[in-house]
Amino acid sequence: MKIIVDLNLCQDHGQCAIAAPAVFRMNDDGKLEYEEIAEESRRAEVEEAADVCPVQAILIEG
Amino acid sequence: MTTPHVVVVGASLGGLRAAEQLRARGFEGRVTVIGEERHLPYNRPPLSKEVLADAGDNDPGRLHGRVEFRRKASTADVDFALGVPVVGSDLARRELRLGTGERLRYDGLVLATGLRPRRLDLPGPVQGRHSLRTLDDCVGLRAELAGLTEPSVTGERTSVVVIGAGFIGCETAATLVKRGCDVTVVEPFGAPMERVLGSDLARAVQRHHERAGVRFVLGASPAAYVEDPTAPQRVRGLRLADGTVLDADLVVESVGSLCNTEWLDGNGLDLRDGVLADNDLRVVGAERVVVVGDVARFPNPLFDDVPRRVEHWSIPTETAKRAATTLLAELTGSAPDPLPFAPVPSFWSDQLDLRLQSFGSPGLADEARLVEGDLDRLADGVLLTYHRLGSHVGTIAVNLPPARQRELREEFLARTPAIPVSA
Repeated sequence: MKIIVDLNLCQDHGQCAIAAPAVFRMNDDGKLEYEEIAEESRRAEVEEAADVCPVQAILIEG
Repeated sequence: MTTPHVVVVGASLGGLRAAEQLRARGFEGRVTVIGEERHLPYNRPPLSKEVLADAGDNDPGRLHGRVEFRRKASTADVDFALGVPVVGSDLARRELRLGTGERLRYDGLVLATGLRPRRLDLPGPVQGRHSLRTLDDCVGLRAELAGLTEPSVTGERTSVVVIGAGFIGCETAATLVKRGCDVTVVEPFGAPMERVLGSDLARAVQRHHERAGVRFVLGASPAAYVEDPTAPQRVRGLRLADGTVLDADLVVESVGSLCNTEWLDGNGLDLRDGVLADNDLRVVGAERVVVVGDVARFPNPLFDDVPRRVEHWSIPTETAKRAATTLLAELTGSAPDPLPFAPVPSFWSDQLDLRLQSFGSPGLADEARLVEGDLDRLADGVLLTYHRLGSHVGTIAVNLPPARQRELREEFLARTPAIPVSA
Protein backbone atom coordinates (compact mmCIF):
# COMPACT_ATOMS: atom_id res chain seq x y z
CA MET A 1 0.00 0.00 0.00
CA LYS A 2 1.08 3.58 -0.64
CA ILE A 3 1.29 6.12 2.18
CA ILE A 4 0.93 9.86 1.63
CA VAL A 5 1.38 12.38 4.42
CA ASP A 6 0.16 15.93 3.87
CA LEU A 7 3.19 17.72 5.26
CA ASN A 8 1.34 21.04 5.19
CA LEU A 9 -1.02 19.57 7.77
CA CYS A 10 1.49 17.51 9.78
CA GLN A 11 2.35 19.12 13.12
CA ASP A 12 4.83 16.49 14.29
CA HIS A 13 2.63 15.12 17.07
CA GLY A 14 4.38 11.75 16.73
CA GLN A 15 1.27 9.62 17.36
CA CYS A 16 1.82 7.71 14.08
CA ALA A 17 5.29 6.73 15.28
CA ILE A 18 3.69 5.21 18.39
CA ALA A 19 1.08 3.29 16.36
CA ALA A 20 3.33 2.07 13.52
CA PRO A 21 6.99 2.48 14.50
CA ALA A 22 8.20 0.35 11.59
CA VAL A 23 6.73 2.82 9.11
CA PHE A 24 6.75 6.23 10.83
CA ARG A 25 9.46 7.73 13.02
CA MET A 26 10.30 11.13 14.43
CA ASN A 27 13.93 12.10 13.75
CA ASP A 28 16.26 13.92 16.12
CA ASP A 29 15.08 17.26 14.73
CA GLY A 30 11.52 16.36 15.74
CA LYS A 31 10.42 15.90 12.12
CA LEU A 32 8.51 13.02 10.61
CA GLU A 33 10.20 10.41 8.42
CA TYR A 34 8.15 7.61 6.89
CA GLU A 35 8.11 4.80 4.36
CA GLU A 36 6.11 5.72 1.29
CA ILE A 37 5.39 2.08 0.48
CA ALA A 38 4.49 -0.37 3.24
CA GLU A 39 4.00 -4.13 3.18
CA GLU A 40 0.40 -5.32 3.11
CA SER A 41 1.11 -7.17 6.39
CA ARG A 42 1.41 -3.77 8.10
CA ARG A 43 -2.03 -2.53 7.00
CA ALA A 44 -3.61 -2.72 10.46
CA GLU A 45 -0.92 -0.64 12.13
CA VAL A 46 -0.75 1.88 9.28
CA GLU A 47 -4.53 2.34 9.46
CA GLU A 48 -4.19 2.79 13.20
CA ALA A 49 -1.52 5.47 12.59
CA ALA A 50 -3.85 7.29 10.18
CA ASP A 51 -6.75 7.09 12.65
CA VAL A 52 -4.77 8.48 15.60
CA CYS A 53 -3.17 11.37 13.71
CA PRO A 54 -4.54 14.45 15.51
CA VAL A 55 -4.57 16.49 12.30
CA GLN A 56 -5.62 13.56 10.03
CA ALA A 57 -2.68 14.14 7.69
CA ILE A 58 -2.13 10.51 6.66
CA LEU A 59 -3.70 9.07 3.52
CA ILE A 60 -3.46 5.40 2.57
CA GLU A 61 -3.82 4.45 -1.08
CA GLY A 62 -4.42 0.96 -2.34
CA MET B 1 -32.57 -14.55 9.44
CA THR B 2 -31.83 -11.45 7.35
CA THR B 3 -28.55 -9.72 8.10
CA PRO B 4 -28.85 -7.52 11.16
CA HIS B 5 -29.20 -3.73 11.04
CA VAL B 6 -26.87 -1.74 13.29
CA VAL B 7 -27.82 1.83 14.14
CA VAL B 8 -25.17 4.22 15.43
CA VAL B 9 -26.61 7.25 17.20
CA GLY B 10 -24.13 10.12 16.96
CA ALA B 11 -22.15 11.15 13.85
CA SER B 12 -18.98 12.57 15.29
CA LEU B 13 -15.63 10.82 15.73
CA GLY B 14 -17.00 8.00 17.91
CA GLY B 15 -19.94 7.22 15.61
CA LEU B 16 -17.73 7.29 12.51
CA ARG B 17 -15.10 5.03 14.05
CA ALA B 18 -17.79 2.61 15.24
CA ALA B 19 -19.14 2.26 11.69
CA GLU B 20 -15.60 1.78 10.33
CA GLN B 21 -14.75 -0.82 12.95
CA LEU B 22 -17.92 -2.81 12.28
CA ARG B 23 -16.89 -3.04 8.63
CA ALA B 24 -13.25 -3.73 9.53
CA ARG B 25 -14.48 -6.77 11.48
CA GLY B 26 -16.34 -8.10 8.47
CA PHE B 27 -19.86 -7.01 9.36
CA GLU B 28 -21.84 -6.90 6.10
CA GLY B 29 -25.27 -5.90 7.38
CA ARG B 30 -26.87 -2.50 7.11
CA VAL B 31 -25.26 0.32 9.13
CA THR B 32 -27.07 3.61 9.70
CA VAL B 33 -25.36 6.55 11.44
CA ILE B 34 -27.73 9.21 12.75
CA GLY B 35 -26.37 12.66 13.57
CA GLU B 36 -28.04 15.71 15.03
CA GLU B 37 -25.55 18.07 13.35
CA ARG B 38 -25.99 18.71 9.64
CA HIS B 39 -22.32 17.99 8.88
CA LEU B 40 -20.58 14.73 8.05
CA PRO B 41 -18.15 13.73 10.81
CA TYR B 42 -15.34 16.25 11.32
CA ASN B 43 -12.40 16.80 13.62
CA ARG B 44 -13.17 19.14 16.51
CA PRO B 45 -9.75 19.98 18.07
CA PRO B 46 -8.80 22.52 15.34
CA LEU B 47 -11.95 24.55 16.11
CA SER B 48 -10.32 26.20 19.13
CA LYS B 49 -6.93 26.43 17.43
CA GLU B 50 -6.12 26.63 13.69
CA VAL B 51 -9.66 27.27 12.48
CA LEU B 52 -10.36 29.94 15.11
CA ALA B 53 -6.93 31.52 14.56
CA ASP B 54 -7.64 32.14 10.90
CA ALA B 55 -9.64 35.28 10.16
CA GLY B 56 -10.34 34.33 6.53
CA ASP B 57 -13.24 32.69 4.67
CA ASN B 58 -16.13 31.85 7.00
CA ASP B 59 -18.20 29.73 4.61
CA PRO B 60 -19.41 26.76 6.72
CA GLY B 61 -19.10 24.30 3.83
CA ARG B 62 -15.51 25.24 3.07
CA LEU B 63 -14.56 25.30 6.76
CA HIS B 64 -16.11 21.85 7.09
CA GLY B 65 -13.96 20.71 4.17
CA ARG B 66 -10.86 21.68 6.16
CA VAL B 67 -11.75 19.47 9.12
CA GLU B 68 -13.89 16.69 7.63
CA PHE B 69 -12.72 13.12 8.29
CA ARG B 70 -11.78 11.14 5.20
CA ARG B 71 -14.43 8.64 4.19
CA LYS B 72 -12.96 5.15 4.12
CA ALA B 73 -13.88 2.93 1.20
CA SER B 74 -15.19 0.34 3.65
CA THR B 75 -17.93 2.73 4.81
CA ALA B 76 -19.10 3.76 1.33
CA ASP B 77 -22.39 1.92 1.90
CA VAL B 78 -23.00 3.27 5.42
CA ASP B 79 -26.09 5.48 5.51
CA PHE B 80 -25.63 8.84 7.21
CA ALA B 81 -28.87 10.48 8.35
CA LEU B 82 -27.76 14.01 9.25
CA GLY B 83 -29.62 16.85 10.91
CA VAL B 84 -31.83 14.26 12.61
CA PRO B 85 -32.03 14.21 16.41
CA VAL B 86 -33.02 11.01 18.19
CA VAL B 87 -35.56 12.09 20.79
CA GLY B 88 -36.47 8.86 22.53
CA SER B 89 -35.91 5.15 22.69
CA ASP B 90 -37.46 1.88 23.79
CA LEU B 91 -34.53 -0.49 24.11
CA ALA B 92 -36.71 -3.45 25.10
CA ARG B 93 -38.48 -3.13 21.72
CA ARG B 94 -35.24 -2.15 19.92
CA GLU B 95 -36.81 1.00 18.63
CA LEU B 96 -35.74 4.66 18.39
CA ARG B 97 -37.91 7.73 18.05
CA LEU B 98 -36.51 10.35 15.67
CA GLY B 99 -37.09 14.09 15.70
CA THR B 100 -38.88 13.68 12.38
CA GLY B 101 -41.59 11.65 14.14
CA GLU B 102 -40.43 8.41 12.54
CA ARG B 103 -39.60 5.25 14.46
CA LEU B 104 -36.51 3.26 13.58
CA ARG B 105 -35.90 -0.41 14.49
CA TYR B 106 -32.46 -1.83 15.06
CA ASP B 107 -30.87 -5.19 15.79
CA GLY B 108 -27.74 -3.71 17.35
CA LEU B 109 -27.22 -0.20 18.72
CA VAL B 110 -24.13 1.95 19.26
CA LEU B 111 -24.51 4.98 21.52
CA ALA B 112 -22.18 7.78 20.42
CA THR B 113 -24.08 10.95 21.26
CA GLY B 114 -21.23 12.61 23.12
CA LEU B 115 -21.48 15.86 25.01
CA ARG B 116 -22.75 19.39 24.62
CA PRO B 117 -21.36 22.48 26.34
CA ARG B 118 -22.91 23.44 29.64
CA ARG B 119 -24.29 26.98 29.39
CA LEU B 120 -24.50 29.54 32.17
CA ASP B 121 -27.92 30.67 33.27
CA LEU B 122 -27.04 34.34 33.81
CA PRO B 123 -29.34 37.34 33.49
CA GLY B 124 -28.67 39.95 30.83
CA PRO B 125 -28.43 40.27 27.06
CA VAL B 126 -27.96 37.24 24.85
CA GLN B 127 -26.12 38.54 21.76
CA GLY B 128 -22.39 38.03 22.07
CA ARG B 129 -22.58 34.88 24.22
CA HIS B 130 -20.84 31.90 22.71
CA SER B 131 -19.74 28.37 23.42
CA LEU B 132 -17.34 26.36 21.32
CA ARG B 133 -17.87 22.70 20.51
CA THR B 134 -19.41 22.36 17.06
CA LEU B 135 -18.37 23.70 13.67
CA ASP B 136 -21.45 25.92 13.67
CA ASP B 137 -20.38 27.33 17.07
CA CYS B 138 -17.00 28.14 15.55
CA VAL B 139 -18.55 29.76 12.47
CA GLY B 140 -20.71 31.94 14.75
CA LEU B 141 -17.75 33.00 16.85
CA ARG B 142 -15.60 33.75 13.81
CA ALA B 143 -18.39 35.76 12.20
CA GLU B 144 -18.75 37.92 15.28
CA LEU B 145 -14.99 38.39 15.62
CA ALA B 146 -14.83 39.47 11.98
CA GLY B 147 -17.60 42.02 12.57
CA LEU B 148 -15.94 43.37 15.69
CA THR B 149 -12.44 43.57 14.27
CA GLU B 150 -13.38 46.38 11.90
CA PRO B 151 -13.40 49.18 14.49
CA SER B 152 -9.84 48.14 15.32
CA VAL B 153 -8.68 50.72 12.78
CA THR B 154 -9.63 53.19 15.50
CA GLY B 155 -7.09 51.46 17.72
CA GLU B 156 -9.66 49.73 19.89
CA ARG B 157 -9.09 46.04 20.42
CA THR B 158 -11.90 43.50 20.66
CA SER B 159 -12.38 42.54 24.31
CA VAL B 160 -13.15 38.92 24.99
CA VAL B 161 -14.01 37.31 28.30
CA VAL B 162 -13.56 33.55 28.46
CA ILE B 163 -15.45 31.95 31.34
CA GLY B 164 -13.79 28.76 32.53
CA ALA B 165 -10.06 27.98 32.52
CA GLY B 166 -10.25 24.38 31.35
CA PHE B 167 -8.52 23.14 28.20
CA ILE B 168 -11.02 24.62 25.72
CA GLY B 169 -11.06 27.92 27.60
CA CYS B 170 -7.27 28.16 27.69
CA GLU B 171 -6.85 27.16 24.03
CA THR B 172 -9.49 29.71 23.04
CA ALA B 173 -7.82 32.42 25.13
CA ALA B 174 -4.41 31.64 23.59
CA THR B 175 -5.80 31.69 20.04
CA LEU B 176 -7.70 34.94 20.53
CA VAL B 177 -4.83 36.79 22.19
CA LYS B 178 -2.72 35.82 19.18
CA ARG B 179 -5.48 37.26 16.97
CA GLY B 180 -4.98 40.58 18.73
CA CYS B 181 -7.94 40.46 21.11
CA ASP B 182 -7.82 41.70 24.66
CA VAL B 183 -8.55 38.48 26.60
CA THR B 184 -9.57 37.91 30.21
CA VAL B 185 -10.20 34.43 31.60
CA VAL B 186 -12.59 34.19 34.55
CA GLU B 187 -12.41 31.01 36.61
CA PRO B 188 -14.36 30.44 39.83
CA PHE B 189 -12.06 27.68 41.10
CA GLY B 190 -8.30 27.11 40.93
CA ALA B 191 -5.55 27.85 38.45
CA PRO B 192 -6.01 27.00 34.75
CA MET B 193 -6.55 23.29 34.06
CA GLU B 194 -5.47 22.62 37.63
CA ARG B 195 -7.63 19.52 38.08
CA VAL B 196 -5.58 17.75 35.41
CA LEU B 197 -2.20 19.52 35.54
CA GLY B 198 -1.88 19.87 39.31
CA SER B 199 -1.25 23.25 40.89
CA ASP B 200 2.47 23.72 40.09
CA LEU B 201 2.19 23.14 36.35
CA ALA B 202 -1.18 24.94 36.23
CA ARG B 203 0.37 28.07 37.76
CA ALA B 204 3.35 27.84 35.42
CA VAL B 205 1.04 27.64 32.39
CA GLN B 206 -0.91 30.59 33.78
CA ARG B 207 2.28 32.68 34.04
CA HIS B 208 3.14 31.70 30.47
CA HIS B 209 -0.28 32.88 29.25
CA GLU B 210 0.07 36.09 31.27
CA ARG B 211 3.40 36.89 29.62
CA ALA B 212 1.58 36.60 26.28
CA GLY B 213 -1.06 39.09 27.45
CA VAL B 214 -3.89 36.87 28.72
CA ARG B 215 -5.36 38.13 32.01
CA PHE B 216 -6.76 35.73 34.61
CA VAL B 217 -9.36 36.51 37.25
CA LEU B 218 -9.37 33.45 39.49
CA GLY B 219 -11.74 32.67 42.32
CA ALA B 220 -14.39 34.93 40.80
CA SER B 221 -17.95 33.96 39.92
CA PRO B 222 -19.83 35.50 37.00
CA ALA B 223 -23.10 37.11 38.10
CA ALA B 224 -24.70 38.82 35.08
CA TYR B 225 -24.11 40.00 31.55
CA VAL B 226 -24.07 43.77 31.13
CA GLU B 227 -25.95 45.29 28.21
CA ASP B 228 -24.40 47.57 25.62
CA PRO B 229 -26.22 50.93 26.10
CA THR B 230 -26.02 51.58 22.37
CA ALA B 231 -27.24 48.14 21.28
CA PRO B 232 -30.05 46.52 23.25
CA GLN B 233 -29.72 42.78 23.85
CA ARG B 234 -26.01 42.95 23.03
CA VAL B 235 -23.33 42.06 25.61
CA ARG B 236 -20.93 44.85 26.61
CA GLY B 237 -19.48 43.30 29.76
CA LEU B 238 -19.61 40.68 32.46
CA ARG B 239 -20.41 41.56 36.06
CA LEU B 240 -18.78 39.38 38.71
CA ALA B 241 -20.30 38.43 42.06
CA ASP B 242 -18.15 41.09 43.82
CA GLY B 243 -19.57 43.83 41.56
CA THR B 244 -16.53 44.21 39.27
CA VAL B 245 -17.46 44.66 35.62
CA LEU B 246 -15.14 43.29 32.94
CA ASP B 247 -15.38 44.78 29.43
CA ALA B 248 -16.50 42.23 26.87
CA ASP B 249 -17.49 42.63 23.23
CA LEU B 250 -18.09 38.93 23.32
CA VAL B 251 -17.97 36.11 25.84
CA VAL B 252 -17.03 32.47 25.39
CA GLU B 253 -18.52 30.15 28.01
CA SER B 254 -16.32 27.08 28.44
CA VAL B 255 -17.62 25.72 31.71
CA GLY B 256 -17.70 22.00 31.08
CA SER B 257 -20.10 19.69 29.34
CA LEU B 258 -23.36 17.80 29.72
CA CYS B 259 -23.91 14.28 28.44
CA ASN B 260 -26.40 13.82 25.61
CA THR B 261 -28.33 10.97 27.18
CA GLU B 262 -31.85 12.36 27.68
CA TRP B 263 -33.08 10.31 24.71
CA LEU B 264 -32.23 7.16 26.70
CA ASP B 265 -34.42 8.07 29.68
CA GLY B 266 -37.04 5.53 30.68
CA ASN B 267 -35.00 2.43 29.85
CA GLY B 268 -33.73 1.80 33.38
CA LEU B 269 -30.09 2.58 32.47
CA ASP B 270 -27.60 4.18 34.84
CA LEU B 271 -27.25 7.65 33.26
CA ARG B 272 -25.90 9.54 36.28
CA ASP B 273 -22.77 10.64 34.39
CA GLY B 274 -22.86 9.39 30.83
CA VAL B 275 -23.87 5.80 30.15
CA LEU B 276 -22.62 3.09 32.50
CA ALA B 277 -20.90 0.27 30.64
CA ASP B 278 -18.83 -2.75 31.53
CA ASN B 279 -15.20 -3.17 30.51
CA ASP B 280 -16.31 -4.42 27.06
CA LEU B 281 -18.38 -1.23 26.50
CA ARG B 282 -21.61 -3.24 26.80
CA VAL B 283 -24.26 -0.93 28.24
CA VAL B 284 -25.27 -2.23 31.66
CA GLY B 285 -28.96 -3.15 31.70
CA ALA B 286 -29.46 -3.45 27.94
CA GLU B 287 -28.97 -6.12 25.30
CA ARG B 288 -27.16 -5.60 22.00
CA VAL B 289 -26.27 -2.04 22.98
CA VAL B 290 -22.72 -0.67 23.28
CA VAL B 291 -21.41 2.83 23.96
CA VAL B 292 -18.37 4.70 22.62
CA GLY B 293 -16.61 8.02 23.11
CA ASP B 294 -16.77 10.57 25.89
CA VAL B 295 -20.30 9.62 26.93
CA ALA B 296 -19.12 6.08 27.88
CA ARG B 297 -18.49 5.49 31.60
CA PHE B 298 -16.40 2.33 31.82
CA PRO B 299 -13.76 0.86 34.12
CA ASN B 300 -10.15 0.85 32.92
CA PRO B 301 -8.02 -1.81 34.64
CA LEU B 302 -4.91 0.30 34.04
CA PHE B 303 -6.07 2.31 37.03
CA ASP B 304 -8.77 0.50 39.06
CA ASP B 305 -12.32 -0.83 38.72
CA VAL B 306 -14.10 2.53 38.97
CA PRO B 307 -16.12 3.36 35.82
CA ARG B 308 -15.18 6.80 34.49
CA ARG B 309 -15.86 8.92 31.44
CA VAL B 310 -12.77 10.12 29.60
CA GLU B 311 -13.03 13.30 27.53
CA HIS B 312 -9.92 12.80 25.41
CA TRP B 313 -9.76 12.75 21.63
CA SER B 314 -8.11 9.30 21.65
CA ILE B 315 -11.04 7.64 23.42
CA PRO B 316 -13.67 7.50 20.63
CA THR B 317 -11.24 5.61 18.38
CA GLU B 318 -10.15 3.22 21.14
CA THR B 319 -13.64 2.51 22.45
CA ALA B 320 -15.07 2.04 18.95
CA LYS B 321 -12.77 -0.92 18.31
CA ARG B 322 -13.72 -2.72 21.47
CA ALA B 323 -17.41 -1.83 21.23
CA ALA B 324 -17.57 -3.16 17.65
CA THR B 325 -16.05 -6.48 18.71
CA THR B 326 -18.47 -6.73 21.64
CA LEU B 327 -21.55 -5.88 19.61
CA LEU B 328 -20.70 -8.31 16.80
CA ALA B 329 -20.12 -11.08 19.33
CA GLU B 330 -23.68 -10.54 20.56
CA LEU B 331 -25.20 -10.16 17.10
CA THR B 332 -23.38 -12.78 15.09
CA GLY B 333 -21.79 -15.08 17.65
CA SER B 334 -18.26 -14.03 16.62
CA ALA B 335 -15.53 -14.27 19.25
CA PRO B 336 -15.46 -11.61 21.94
CA ASP B 337 -12.09 -10.10 22.92
CA PRO B 338 -10.74 -12.20 25.81
CA LEU B 339 -8.30 -9.52 27.02
CA PRO B 340 -9.29 -6.73 29.40
CA PHE B 341 -9.86 -3.40 27.65
CA ALA B 342 -7.16 -1.08 29.00
CA PRO B 343 -6.64 1.89 26.68
CA VAL B 344 -3.93 4.41 27.57
CA PRO B 345 -5.71 7.76 27.80
CA SER B 346 -3.80 10.41 25.90
CA PHE B 347 -4.37 14.06 25.14
CA TRP B 348 -2.55 17.00 23.69
CA SER B 349 -3.22 20.71 23.88
CA ASP B 350 -1.56 23.47 21.87
CA GLN B 351 -1.53 26.85 23.64
CA LEU B 352 0.66 29.73 22.42
CA ASP B 353 4.09 28.19 21.82
CA LEU B 354 3.42 25.27 24.18
CA ARG B 355 2.37 21.74 23.36
CA LEU B 356 1.16 19.73 26.32
CA GLN B 357 1.11 15.97 25.77
CA SER B 358 -0.24 13.54 28.34
CA PHE B 359 -0.33 9.79 28.84
CA GLY B 360 -2.40 8.12 31.52
CA SER B 361 -4.71 9.95 33.91
CA PRO B 362 -2.83 12.73 35.70
CA GLY B 363 -6.17 13.95 37.03
CA LEU B 364 -6.32 10.93 39.36
CA ALA B 365 -3.03 11.84 41.05
CA ASP B 366 -2.44 13.15 44.56
CA GLU B 367 1.15 14.15 43.78
CA ALA B 368 3.03 15.64 40.81
CA ARG B 369 6.80 15.30 40.45
CA LEU B 370 8.90 17.53 38.21
CA VAL B 371 11.29 15.14 36.46
CA GLU B 372 12.92 17.42 33.88
CA GLY B 373 13.11 21.10 33.10
CA ASP B 374 12.22 24.37 34.80
CA LEU B 375 8.60 25.39 35.36
CA ASP B 376 9.54 29.00 34.62
CA ARG B 377 10.90 27.96 31.20
CA LEU B 378 8.08 25.73 29.93
CA ALA B 379 8.87 26.40 26.28
CA ASP B 380 12.29 24.78 26.74
CA GLY B 381 10.62 21.51 27.77
CA VAL B 382 9.45 20.01 31.05
CA LEU B 383 8.38 16.54 32.13
CA LEU B 384 6.19 15.71 35.11
CA THR B 385 5.00 12.37 36.40
CA TYR B 386 1.80 12.01 38.40
CA HIS B 387 1.27 9.58 41.25
CA ARG B 388 -1.61 8.25 43.30
CA LEU B 389 -0.64 6.70 46.61
CA GLY B 390 2.85 6.43 45.14
CA SER B 391 1.77 4.64 41.93
CA HIS B 392 2.52 6.27 38.60
CA VAL B 393 -0.86 7.13 37.02
CA GLY B 394 0.10 9.73 34.42
CA THR B 395 2.79 11.68 32.58
CA ILE B 396 2.67 15.17 31.12
CA ALA B 397 5.32 16.50 28.76
CA VAL B 398 5.48 20.12 27.68
CA ASN B 399 7.46 20.87 24.51
CA LEU B 400 9.49 17.67 24.63
CA PRO B 401 10.70 16.32 21.28
CA PRO B 402 8.11 14.16 19.48
CA ALA B 403 10.71 11.43 19.14
CA ARG B 404 10.34 10.91 22.88
CA GLN B 405 6.56 10.36 22.87
CA ARG B 406 6.83 6.66 22.27
CA GLU B 407 9.43 6.17 24.96
CA LEU B 408 7.38 8.22 27.47
CA ARG B 409 4.26 6.18 26.75
CA GLU B 410 6.17 2.94 27.16
CA GLU B 411 7.72 4.15 30.40
CA PHE B 412 4.29 5.02 31.68
CA LEU B 413 2.95 1.56 30.79
CA ALA B 414 5.97 -0.18 32.32
CA ARG B 415 5.62 1.70 35.59
CA THR B 416 1.88 1.37 35.90
CA PRO B 417 1.11 -1.46 38.28
CA ALA B 418 -2.65 -1.71 38.83
CA ILE B 419 -4.51 -4.73 37.54
CA PRO B 420 -2.50 -6.90 35.13
CA VAL B 421 -3.79 -6.22 31.64
CA SER B 422 -2.44 -9.26 29.85
CA ALA B 423 -5.11 -11.27 31.67
